[in-house]
Amino acid sequence: MSLPIADPAARISSFNPVAKLAATMVMTLTLLLSIDPVSAGVMLAFVLAALPFTGLGARMLWLRTWPLLIAAVLGAAATVLYGRPSGDSYLQWGLVQVTDGSLQLALAILLRVLAIALPAVVLLSTTDPTDLADGLSQLVRLPARFVLGALAGLRLVGLLIEDWRELSRARRARGVADRGRLRRFAGQSFALFVLAIRRGTKLATAMEARGFGASGARTWARPSVLRPRDAVLVLIAAAAATASATVALAAGAWTFVWAL
Amino acid sequence: MTGPRPAAVTASGWGWRHAGRRRWAVRNLDLSVPPGQRVLLLGASGAGKSTLMRGMAGVLGDQEDGEQTGSLLVDGRPPAQVRGRAGLVLQDPDAQVVLARVGDDVAFGCENLGVPRDEIWRRVDASLDAVGLQVARSHPSSQLSGGQKQRLALAGVLAMRPGLLLLDEPTANLDPEGAVEVRDAVLAAAGEATLVVVEHRVELWAAFMDRVIVLGEDGLIADGAPTEVFGRLAEELGAAGVWVPGAAAWRSPRPHATREAAPLLAAEGLAVGRRAAGSRMPRIVASGISLTVAEGRALAVTGPNGAGKSTLAMTLAGLLEPAAGRLRATGPLSAGLGPEPARWRSRQLLTRIGMVFQEPEHQLLTGRVRDELAVGPRALGLDDAAIAERVDPLLERLRLGRLAAVNPFTLSGGEKRRLTVAAALATRPRVLVLDEPTYGQDARTWRELADLIDEVRYAGTAVVFVTHDRELVDALADDCLPIGGMRVPEASR
Repeated sequence: MSLPIADPAARISSFNPVAKLAATMVMTLTLLLSIDPVSAGVMLAFVLAALPFTGLGARMLWLRTWPLLIAAVLGAAATVLYGRPSGDSYLQWGLVQVTDGSLQLALAILLRVLAIALPAVVLLSTTDPTDLADGLSQLVRLPARFVLGALAGLRLVGLLIEDWRELSRARRARGVADRGRLRRFAGQSFALFVLAIRRGTKLATAMEARGFGASGARTWARPSVLRPRDAVLVLIAAAAATASATVALAAGAWTFVWAL
Repeated sequence: MTGPRPAAVTASGWGWRHAGRRRWAVRNLDLSVPPGQRVLLLGASGAGKSTLMRGMAGVLGDQEDGEQTGSLLVDGRPPAQVRGRAGLVLQDPDAQVVLARVGDDVAFGCENLGVPRDEIWRRVDASLDAVGLQVARSHPSSQLSGGQKQRLALAGVLAMRPGLLLLDEPTANLDPEGAVEVRDAVLAAAGEATLVVVEHRVELWAAFMDRVIVLGEDGLIADGAPTEVFGRLAEELGAAGVWVPGAAAWRSPRPHATREAAPLLAAEGLAVGRRAAGSRMPRIVASGISLTVAEGRALAVTGPNGAGKSTLAMTLAGLLEPAAGRLRATGPLSAGLGPEPARWRSRQLLTRIGMVFQEPEHQLLTGRVRDELAVGPRALGLDDAAIAERVDPLLERLRLGRLAAVNPFTLSGGEKRRLTVAAALATRPRVLVLDEPTYGQDARTWRELADLIDEVRYAGTAVVFVTHDRELVDALADDCLPIGGMRVPEASR
């Protein structure tokens, strides 16, 4: 068992993971600069328009985005009720105050969370971690020791989930699973921590025995190459980011987060 | 393809002490292995076999990780300076898979050694062929069986073209058929390379080796051709915990209960399985199981890796819900409770069904050996005097007395196993379920465990044990239940 799962059949999967990461970051960072409904709305419209071209199934997208959708709606609802009041007031009841300002802020947050989350979901569900590691090492030149160590560690996550359940069953077998839920959780977490370190140590030995960290130059069995289409992907993302900022500025809605 | 140049190993006065330990793992070792020799390395648990293997592989680390005396050289140089000359395969199949796809995993070592790309993929295909792993390069490594994972680890090492092949209990986790497959793959693929194998199950390898070396507390106990060493020193080696081929098998010396013994657990058309993370239905691994667990009788459950033996053991022990079919506790076992063990409370299980897990470390709860034994009795609400009355004789019986104040995690494998068995016995359960009780044990611990399990059975406890160990089945079992006759099928390329 390993995490996470890629959808290798989707069209977007054939792009270089580094290009996908760059495209996502361009869009995300732009949206993080401002809190206004206009820039987020333009970006979300672009993302929704682009989704059919990724080749991802609607069902898979829904399964991965519905928790985010709920989070976005809840965040927006809280902002409607408790957001900083300004402009006309529509309802006031104790701490709750629904105003023009809080409604606008809520809309901005709802659109923003979705516009940021959707590209991230697409990135995560179509990117093979091994390919991303190859790209980060070969193209971005991050240290191989760090990237490959993290990649190998990722494989342990699945094993640790199984370890946790085994620990729970062992506690039941030893007669201590009836009471003291909180204390048991703490003890079991520590036991998992110890197991994780042991597994990590074993894996490190196995990697070292295969020459990992040897002094000579490393070669790469899988070349990570950027093709013209990867540049196009990043350019499209940059264009979308620019468009959303420009429209927001033109509409006078753009608000830097630090100016709030 | 021409094989790599075989490597030579020389040790003179070599010793290693792991950082933070008082005891030397290996001491005063003098040894010379000429290029191309095939060596079987033996010794009791804790004799330092794994330390020596890691030393030769150059992965013991530096002064921060431990203290070294004398010298240990591969081709006349410190092993850490000649990475890639030695390739090491370890015992735990899960601990050695580095990457998610089979081909990438085999290529990993070559990449680290700076082998050119075209050459890497030639070697990957050749190595996968050599170990008989018939899967595509893109096959997910997580979907391999235990034996396949070991062959994958071997392929990854072979692709580095090492002159020295080091195998540290490569078949310990495998069922007997899987073990033979891996051994044959090793012998076929090793070529001219120098080969050093550590393995408890000597008879699997002895006939194919040029030399046997037995490691003791202080240097070598024996060194010579297999027939000579086993003929001359059989008794001494047996006493030291080494498995000697052809030694007389141990058999239960106590009378056995008849088939009319009172049944405690009965399964009919039982299917067992575990839920994957996030799914509601269990994935069934074995089904159509019917069995009876009776007072004073021992039931052995056998079958290949992945057949669902451990899952069945946990279901019988009331730790997993049956996936389908019936599992009923009867007679004195269910007295006052419902018939389904999975519905009992954790504390109610204690005096009824005890379970010893395959991995002792999953089950350890405290920081001291004596406290570990007291966990169950304390959960039963016994007072200190009553607890001492149960715990102290167990400590002595299992030779854990002098370790009473030691942290259980620092015990050796054999000691940990004895401790977990003792901890299950401390609450005097009517049924004792053991998952691979003798796995990885040396001959001496094996006899002690077998004798203890037999004694418990003779005292009237129903015993269920899951095992690959045919000798244990022959020595103890009244009934044998083989499950999952099909081996895990291999995907075709």
